[in-house]
Amino acid sequence: MSEFWAALYIVLLAGFTGYEVIRRVPVILHTPLMSGSNFIHGIVLVGAMVVLGYADTPAERAIGFLGVLLGAANAAGGYAVTARMLEMFERRKEG
Amino acid sequence: MPNLIEAVYFLTAFLFIMGLRRMSHPATARQGIVWAGVAMLLAVAVTFLWPGLRNHGLMLLAIAIGGGVAWVLAGRVAMTDMPQMVAVYNGMGGGAAGAIAAVELLRGEVVGLGFVALAVLGGLIGAVSFSGSLIAFAKLQRLLRERPIVFPAQQGVNLTVLAGALLLGALLLGTPSPATIGLFFLAALAFGVLMTLPIGGADMPVVISLYNALTGLAVAFEGFAINNMAMIVAGTVVGAAGTLLTQLMAKAMNRSLANVLFGAFGAEEESAG
Repeated sequence: MSEFWAALYIVLLAGFTGYEVIRRVPVILHTPLMSGSNFIHGIVLVGAMVVLGYADTPAERAIGFLGVLLGAANAAGGYAVTARMLEMFERRKEG
Repeated sequence: MPNLIEAVYFLTAFLFIMGLRRMSHPATARQGIVWAGVAMLLAVAVTFLWPGLRNHGLMLLAIAIGGGVAWVLAGRVAMTDMPQMVAVYNGMGGGAAGAIAAVELLRGEVVGLGFVALAVLGGLIGAVSFSGSLIAFAKLQRLLRERPIVFPAQQGVNLTVLAGALLLGALLLGTPSPATIGLFFLAALAFGVLMTLPIGGADMPVVISLYNALTGLAVAFEGFAINNMAMIVAGTVVGAAGTLLTQLMAKAMNRSLANVLFGAFGAEEESAG
């Protein structure tokens, strides 16, 4: 039970962190930031890898494989899209 | 080895938060994504060292295909098509969370009713985010009509499907059969489609942001189910930041979130926009 409560406190603090980090963001950064946070939940890839790593039956392996595939697309695509958006943003600022 | 893995996950969570912080200021935004990217690479690399894992070849293959295709496509699309690319990749993350839930429920190895409930809820949210994001993509890509798609008794149908998904989810708290698990995910996927159809193309960025926050939440819940701290922290941070971002985006359009989500229902003045 104490582990559960520790996890709950972590969620409280992490949620507050997420809120505070975004609080005063300028409107032009809304979309790049949405894209950036989209990349960050690509960490789901790591969980999918562990699940595939423990899979025994063909069904588990198939779903696990799909999970890793989707997670990798989230991470790789999320990074590439965000990097491109921010690149454009910086050029516009310099010009 | 587990200590090394946990240490790297801790560093990953720290770098994600610092990266997000840098991304929220114009001058440091570009560094921010690089920091987060380095953290992601570290976390993925160290996960291969996880004790007792098998199927490494399958992992590498799935990462190569999924990551490779996404990377190439993201580099090729026009800048104006970026919002729908965010939608697609966000949907993929939701789908991955759903896949984790599906395997965990099939194996029945999640211990404790609370954690099983989180696994189910994360699966539900992940699946809704997956299919909803794909509809958002299809609308922005003009594969579907951009205007709100409405049909008679739509709200009733949507609510019935959602209630069905929740009911099936409740059944999964006992000893789930593969058929129940399958039906549960079908209902969740159907609800994601139905929820997004009545929303117009102009409102899609707000909706994509909402699905982004939901995927974060799903990832955090699945983190609980498989006891992965990096997923819990990163998912929660994105869930909170994404929720706030969704509200800010709606506010910037002078709309409320409820108006964006349900505006197509019975609001004649909305159909002009």
